[in-house]
Amino acid sequence: MQFVNEFRDASLIKGVLEKIYRTATRRWVIMEICGGQTHALLKYGLDELLSDHIELVHGPGCPVCVTSLELVDKAVAIASQPDVIFCSYGDMLRVPGSERDLFSVRAAGGQVRVVYSPLDAVRIAKENPDKQVVFFAIGFETTAPVNAMSVIQAKAQRIKNYSVLVSQVCVPPAMHAILGTPSCRVQGFLAAGHVCTVMGYWEYLPIAEKYHVPIVVTGFEPLDLVQGIFMCVQQLENGSAVVENAYTRAVTLKGNEAAQAIINRVYEPCDRNWRGIGTIPMSGWQLSPEWAEFDAEKRFQIHHIQTQESPLCIAGLILQGLKKPFECPAFGTTCTPQNPLGATMVSSEGACAAYYQYGRTL
Amino acid sequence: MCLGIPGKIVEVYEANGIRMAKIDFGGVLREACIEAVPEAKIGDYAIIHAGFALNLLSEEEALDTLQTLREIALLDEELLDGQPNGE
Repeated sequence: MQFVNEFRDASLIKGVLEKIYRTATRRWVIMEICGGQTHALLKYGLDELLSDHIELVHGPGCPVCVTSLELVDKAVAIASQPDVIFCSYGDMLRVPGSERDLFSVRAAGGQVRVVYSPLDAVRIAKENPDKQVVFFAIGFETTAPVNAMSVIQAKAQRIKNYSVLVSQVCVPPAMHAILGTPSCRVQGFLAAGHVCTVMGYWEYLPIAEKYHVPIVVTGFEPLDLVQGIFMCVQQLENGSAVVENAYTRAVTLKGNEAAQAIINRVYEPCDRNWRGIGTIPMSGWQLSPEWAEFDAEKRFQIHHIQTQESPLCIAGLILQGLKKPFECPAFGTTCTPQNPLGATMVSSEGACAAYYQYGRTL
Repeated sequence: MCLGIPGKIVEVYEANGIRMAKIDFGGVLREACIEAVPEAKIGDYAIIHAGFALNLLSEEEALDTLQTLREIALLDEELLDGQPNGE
């Protein structure tokens, strides 16, 4: 068991697809929350194989896309300072700020480094005691434990020149926001497998009940995806609306409590402004007061940020599943991965980037 | 970014007071923090995300899922075989 190829078995995928074709009596609208799943669905052509039976709409699960413009601008301002080494997950570098992105800071001589893990940023801080090392701690519940761990590590090793610019967001409040929108068309959800790996899926039980919507915890391989969709369609056809787990090899009801303990040690809940969507109450985390010394927003007092979004970009509507990328007049013309107007066109989890990369332009 | 990749734990050690492991991703070795999976041992598979093990993977559950899906897919083939061939 390698946990990869077994879940890419074409004959099994075809069998489950057949089952979906025969079970669906109408074209159901299902949202996959996670942008990683959006990319996998398009990469394996599952969206096209299912298009007569299922309409897939793409959710806000792209951390790079929902990081507020104000924080992107703050990141650019901090990274532009002479004694700073600014570390980030790679996707963030091309995300457009109001005036420029982190890549252009690097092109202008700023020290902007891509790291695989924030633990690498802590090491960079240790090796460069005369510099301020700042990590852009973005992400969902998946990334929260390792981002938190980096701060714990820095404290344990008495590394004083490390700080984090935090933009942690959480999935369940975003689902409430989507389902509470009068124009919401979503009839069923695929819940993000790796978010649930950490958090479990108990948080989704009241959502399924309140909005009478089926929610299926789903993995990332093509067989996982068709299984999740099949289970969701079965519920929709039966009129049931419960939370089911199609990713049992990685997810339990309670999740990984050791990982949650790491998150809770460092972070506390807060309101977050989601780019293109707006402020969602209690939808994220910030450093709790005892870790405030590691807060880059406090260390670098950056004020007077005047944000300016592209007037053409409809990323906010795309992130809520209200529009498809090809419905945007700028898609593939004035907005491309080389010249993005919005973050959804650059992130490896952005819906616009997926539609562009896999040629879903019609 | 939430993409976690399954990898096999091939070495467990401590660095700067935290539990770390060498992870084999189909031949490529990388380091990951295993603080959140205290029960991890050599030979286990974990979901690794940004150099951090999110959880261990259950082989038993994986086999169960594959068996269920085989039954679903196979049942369909049988149904297809049993259908009139349209003559």
